[in-house]
Amino acid sequence: MTKRITIDPITRIEGHLRIDVEVEGGKVSKAWSSGQMWRGVELILLGRDPRDAWAITQRICGVCTTVHAITSVRAVENALNLEIPVNAQFIRNMIISAHAIHDHIVHFYHLSALDWVDVVSALKADPIKAAQLAESLSDWPLNNKAVMTQTLEKLKTFVGSGQLGPFTNGYWGHPAMKLSPEVNLMAVAHYLQALDAQRHANKIVTLLGSKSPHIQNVAVGGVSNPIATDSQSVLTIERLLAVKEHIDALSEFIRKVYLVDVSAIGAFYADWTKYGAGVMNYLSAPDFPMDTKGTQFLTPGGYIPGGDLTKYKPITAFGDAFLRDGVEESVKHSWYTYKAGAKPLHPYVGETTPNYTDFQDDGKYSWLKSPTFYGKRAQVGPLANVLCGVAAGHQPTITYANKVLDTASSLLGSKIPLAALHSTIGRHAARAVRSGVMSEVLTQNWQALIDNIGKGDVKTFNKPTFPKGEVMGFGFHEAPRGLLSHWTVIRDGKIANYQCVVPSTWNAGPRDENDEIGPYEASLMDNPIADPELPLEVLRTVHSFDPCLACAVHVVEDNKEVVQVKAL
Amino acid sequence: MRVVILGVGNTLLTDEGVGVHAVVALTEGYDLPDEVEVIDGGTSGMDCLDQVSGADVLVVADCMRSGKPPGTITRLDGDKIPAFFKTRLSPHQVGLSDMLGALNFHDMLPKAIVLIGVEPLSFELGMELSPVVAPVLPAVVDALVAELSRIGLPAVPKAA
Repeated sequence: MTKRITIDPITRIEGHLRIDVEVEGGKVSKAWSSGQMWRGVELILLGRDPRDAWAITQRICGVCTTVHAITSVRAVENALNLEIPVNAQFIRNMIISAHAIHDHIVHFYHLSALDWVDVVSALKADPIKAAQLAESLSDWPLNNKAVMTQTLEKLKTFVGSGQLGPFTNGYWGHPAMKLSPEVNLMAVAHYLQALDAQRHANKIVTLLGSKSPHIQNVAVGGVSNPIATDSQSVLTIERLLAVKEHIDALSEFIRKVYLVDVSAIGAFYADWTKYGAGVMNYLSAPDFPMDTKGTQFLTPGGYIPGGDLTKYKPITAFGDAFLRDGVEESVKHSWYTYKAGAKPLHPYVGETTPNYTDFQDDGKYSWLKSPTFYGKRAQVGPLANVLCGVAAGHQPTITYANKVLDTASSLLGSKIPLAALHSTIGRHAARAVRSGVMSEVLTQNWQALIDNIGKGDVKTFNKPTFPKGEVMGFGFHEAPRGLLSHWTVIRDGKIANYQCVVPSTWNAGPRDENDEIGPYEASLMDNPIADPELPLEVLRTVHSFDPCLACAVHVVEDNKEVVQVKAL
Repeated sequence: MRVVILGVGNTLLTDEGVGVHAVVALTEGYDLPDEVEVIDGGTSGMDCLDQVSGADVLVVADCMRSGKPPGTITRLDGDKIPAFFKTRLSPHQVGLSDMLGALNFHDMLPKAIVLIGVEPLSFELGMELSPVVAPVLPAVVDALVAELSRIGLPAVPKAA
């Protein structure tokens, strides 16, 4: 018997999703991923000054503010062939890496750990045993008996008061929950500590970006604040020293807590290395440019077809033709129409004309378009980036990936291969690996900025000039959720077209021109479903992609609402 | 004493951005005491956690759907706040309620939370408020200024 489950978030923030699955014989047999909100920012931008686009695009999403700002200025700079001062690159690199680390930590601990961690079970833990376990895994100073006992007391008070707060509506006691009470307690302790860790990341963004959550210190041509005088609105050496303290504290948490916790969860849920691979064409962008042009990057990116790392092909510079010429978007299954008919369009000539039908299983069912790379679906995100790093022989990526795989293997008592990363749990592991890599990116860029200022170079901005006639360009960024690109056509200094091809479009897009399913949909196929009323397994796989926000979801059966759950 | 005034909303969707428009108008029109921090939160949740944590008073400006005529301003405080966040009258409350829930677990919840809600007319695409809500904006700012006076930290109108 086939059973249909619909999981439909009720919020309206950009990026949220509806997921439908059909379950047959205890497994997912069909899946649909549907974006439920129209993103019309492209229309708002038409006719505006390209120098204002970044401030507008950073309002698209509450989680991805910074990434749209950066990608937008990169697109306009690419259109103008404008190089930017290295200081501006270093400052932007620190802002985006700190932002991404913030995003990854919050996602793992605050938004998705509860798919794996049973908070109520932690109440039964022996805090001494929990401390022994935690201390055996890492020399993090906050793994001791006193911390675990305190955490348990806090949890008891909290649960006793009937206010589960952030833990309300978790899947407590679900048969797919496998961690021992002690591991659960350790995870709760680290959940609390993660809240402090993410503040370090946020402080870096605030100090360098001038403001958070919406940064102000960016401009087409560089960054807007000058360096090293003593007014409040500029970047002083004193502020830079504060930034370094936050970088160090954040790096320690990533190394001693985040990477270890991900390894432990991976080992205890080793089954989940078998599910969720989905689309195994991986696309990722290089990032953290260290030169004015954007040809030397600290992390590599490119394309891997069919999960075969030997076939890796790199993307090498801003404006890269291999990336530029490969992207198209189909609307055959999306609530849009293209003027010339239904053929996929390149983003430079992309159109945003809504055409809402109903949810049609075999027709149109999403506000997301369906992007392809040379005609194929591609998965984007930290996993794609880590696999490209390994394929490219990028040493920091290889080191952190080995650390996670080795720790998980020793806990499991058997060797976990790199190929295990093609999975639901692998996406979580990759996010931690990339956080480790980015903690080094932060330090490198901090040092590069200090050294360059030391040489007397304090330049942060090159003034853009807009020519008469038409220019076009695109900017890319390896954002927390993967490859983000903005594409713009500028005519006489005004925006004539603007298209954002966002990571969630790559991953969550509906069926394409050839009716092939997308990465979210493919990753859900064959996932086991223990209880269709409580489809924890679906949430695990979808959450492993880090969909934009903690969704409040309804579980609907035959269009009749039966259960309301909150997917933290 | 530390007071945080948090404007939330999506400024690309007309009236949904009213909370952000209100805090921007507040900072443009008034000099605020040092104890007062104004945050344009957009649609963020956890990203605002750092600034909100440990505040004595949190004043949230947001759009709020409660079935009243568009443009109606409602003030909620005390016991009504948790219920408000539970029923999700505004789309930003997922992020906000997560943030407040996390702060609660950490004992860092602001001692007092006040919500100034504005009934929206339109969530259409656009960066300006609807013709019904736009004229109400000065009254929303007045409501925020009134909160500061109530706390004993009056805002001073900027010289024109």
